Amino acid sequence: MLAGRPAVEAAEQAAHMEPVKGRSLWQDARTRFFHNKAAVASMVILVLVGLFAAFGQFVTPWSNEEIDWALLGSIPEQGGPSWENRHYFGVDETGRDLYARVVQGTRISLMVGIVGALISVVVGTAWGAIAGYVGGRVDTIMMRIVDLMMSIPYMFVLILLLVVFERSIFMLFIGIGLISWLDMARIARGQTLSIKNKEFVEAAIATGVSTPRIIARHIVPNLLGVVIVYATLLVPQMIIFESFISFLGLGVQEPSTSWGALINMGADNMRNQTPWMLGFPLAFFVVTLFAFFFIGDGLRDALDPKDR
Amino acid sequence: MTAFILKRLAIAVPTILLLIVFSFLLMEAAPGSPFATERGVPPAVLANLEAKYGLDKPLIQRMGIYIYDVVVNFDFGPSFKFKDRTVNDLIAQGFPVTLTYGFWSFVVAVAVGGTLGVLAAVFHNSWLDYLAVGISIGAQVLPNFVMAPILVLIFTLWLGWLPGGGWRGGQIEYLILPVIALSTSYMASIARITRSSMLEVLNAGFIRTARAKGLPMRRVILRHALKPAMLPVISYLGPAFVGMITGSVLIDVFFSTGGIGQFFVNSALSRDYSVIMGITILIGTLTVLFNLLVDVIYAWIDPKIRY
Amino acid sequence: MALLDVDNLAVSFRTADGIVNAVNGLSISVDGGETLAIVGESGSGKSQTAFAVMGLLARNGSASGSIKLDGTELLGLSQAELNRKRAEQVAMIFQDPMTSLNPYLRVGDQMVEVLTLHKGMSKRAALKECVAMLEAVRIPDARGRLSMYPHEFSGGMRQRIMIAMALLCHPRLLIADEPTTALDVTVQAQIMELLADIRRDFGTAMILITHDLGIVADTCERTVVMYGGRVMEQGATADLFARPSHPYTLGLLKAVPRLDVDQDELETIPGDPPDMSRLPKGCPFTPRCAFRLEQCADVQPDLLPWQNVLRACHADPEKVK
Repeated sequence: MLAGRPAVEAAEQAAHMEPVKGRSLWQDARTRFFHNKAAVASMVILVLVGLFAAFGQFVTPWSNEEIDWALLGSIPEQGGPSWENRHYFGVDETGRDLYARVVQGTRISLMVGIVGALISVVVGTAWGAIAGYVGGRVDTIMMRIVDLMMSIPYMFVLILLLVVFERSIFMLFIGIGLISWLDMARIARGQTLSIKNKEFVEAAIATGVSTPRIIARHIVPNLLGVVIVYATLLVPQMIIFESFISFLGLGVQEPSTSWGALINMGADNMRNQTPWMLGFPLAFFVVTLFAFFFIGDGLRDALDPKDR
Repeated sequence: MTAFILKRLAIAVPTILLLIVFSFLLMEAAPGSPFATERGVPPAVLANLEAKYGLDKPLIQRMGIYIYDVVVNFDFGPSFKFKDRTVNDLIAQGFPVTLTYGFWSFVVAVAVGGTLGVLAAVFHNSWLDYLAVGISIGAQVLPNFVMAPILVLIFTLWLGWLPGGGWRGGQIEYLILPVIALSTSYMASIARITRSSMLEVLNAGFIRTARAKGLPMRRVILRHALKPAMLPVISYLGPAFVGMITGSVLIDVFFSTGGIGQFFVNSALSRDYSVIMGITILIGTLTVLFNLLVDVIYAWIDPKIRY
Repeated sequence: MALLDVDNLAVSFRTADGIVNAVNGLSISVDGGETLAIVGESGSGKSQTAFAVMGLLARNGSASGSIKLDGTELLGLSQAELNRKRAEQVAMIFQDPMTSLNPYLRVGDQMVEVLTLHKGMSKRAALKECVAMLEAVRIPDARGRLSMYPHEFSGGMRQRIMIAMALLCHPRLLIADEPTTALDVTVQAQIMELLADIRRDFGTAMILITHDLGIVADTCERTVVMYGGRVMEQGATADLFARPSHPYTLGLLKAVPRLDVDQDELETIPGDPPDMSRLPKGCPFTPRCAFRLEQCADVQPDLLPWQNVLRACHADPEKVK
């Protein structure tokens, strides 16, 4: 700590009186991120999962709806993963190709995660930046709303909503969108409060820049680091959230599916000697979540120099 | 302190009322609600509702009756699906079950997670520390709906040690798997939070002072470091409580414990609105009260908070 | 026999950037009732010397050499034995009184535990003793203050409490690590006055670690000047200040603002405090020294007597002015 490498480097540069080459915060962060092996490996895995979701269905002759009647009566014996009949992951409980189903579920789960994270980035950042920057009574009211929503066991209300307004993927998105931004708003507000009194903001105020413009041009860009880190960590949370509801059978509805619904199907069939039905969806779920968490951690270490 | 609690109650009570009003309006707006049309509701249930709320009365009056019943009489009204059962009956039957293993899950999460976190920090960079960090990273991707099937697969189907479901009045072997499945990810989070806050506290100046005073390490940790290190953990108890009570729904369903979660999901699938509402309001109230308790504990520990 | 005898002490830390040597072959001694000043810039190793005496080095740090307190070797003592020495024989007060007291415990509880633990006192007797000690450090309404929390006190008051707490077991040696650095100037004077009184009243020997030479001149009989983990010069404070014979001491003294001399500008020592992970083989002050000779960077000068002081420098003392 006392004699960190950057300090040594800086001292050396100063000693040689060479012109110091400016490196931006982002370049610095990128270098640090790519030195983090777990994060880079996770990045590769995530790209592979993404490719699987996007193009996975082109390498199998089976669609996600087709029932393989030849196997239907003997799934525990013959429905397992097999190269010959091209069911790479075996078939599910109704004789549909599990590989195609996992492709389909991966799409939905990733989409839910990313949409949830995007909503939180847009709504949460704006909400937190405005509350933090404007302050006073506006801040109190805005954050009280966030506190209020956070103090309700949200899953119950969401399920109530899903029951009242029919279960659909659209309702699910609305429900997830309603909750995902709350934490982000708090984080963005906290960060805004610390940026607010910095000299460059005061300079902008002094030169008569309008409040919305200060928020958009000076506050929000400086929130980006925190927001990106948190959004990355939010994606897996949203995926868990959706999977939980779908595991209960209250989320995505047949013939659509998601990781949660597939894990549920596998868990239901555990006693039938069909371990692949649980194994494949579970593996995708666990590996992808790990990847997101490691990337999030890597980004945090890269963008937050105080931990070094 | 009393003033502080009253101030918090002044926020808590409206939150609960708001939740009740919101649930009631949602139910009113719901397509197929017996309050809106008579379709699909057994005549006997309709008679129950008529007697209780008077379906021809204006909305605001019915809402008044509902809120009055809930708040004053703790009466959530009749079920829409079972003609001879009230929501209170279902809650009375299922809630003790959920409460039992929920309580133990909470205790396990806090006790095991807290201990693990403290030990990891005290023996920083030892195998124990690495174990704790490993567990808390791994458990991030093991939410209850992943833990539950894996546990049943191992301990029921492969080893045959523990029953994979049921309740039998809460005998210990029926309790173990639900408690582990529900508590693991929160135990891991608590361990992680405790570890990092303990590490920070152990570097604080006042810990150095305590050691300079010649206190044994044990006393330094228990008396000087534990309290401040637990503050972030206490803040986390609120969200952990919400998470666990939500997770209990899944545990109830997966392990067929007969807890309220099972009624909740069955009602959601069969549109038994009054049961969903009743359970949502009950859980919401519990959550708000628990958060209140957490705030009070926090303020009691931290002398810098003025009430 | 001296009360404290430090011989050839070395303190090093294992860090991600390699081994950092904070203290290199330091030898000092303190007699009973005496006040010794250790002076130097930040990073000179003066605080780590104190921590080594107290056995409070950070986890990645280790000390070698010898530290004898009243004839007992402290290095290598078990934790339990060391705990008996702390507070009873040697106590320490720290730089920042804002963070040195536990904010979550009442001041009284923090003081009482010292006496119940070390002296086996009852809580009632300990409380009485604490009140007496708080009065000795001139805290008004001492009894009422015991039930207060640290955040209810000002910085100066907290440092008084720290001093009272350190003195509870009447230790023979008190180490004060920059006790006034974090305080207002007026409060600084009060605390220094208090420390002087304590020395007189209790007969406590004291090591005062500071970079404030003004304080040293007023209160300390002997002074050790440290740089880069080594002693540069040591001797009676009066001798040292009257005729600094080491370039670093000279630089430090020139950097002190004086009221009695008309100065346009303060002189500073050029360059930065040394990087402890890559010290030169010879004298650590070489890169910043105005009197450096050829051998300075390669040959470590020995600490040798000259007139009434000990100095470690190759340069001719007559020329260092």
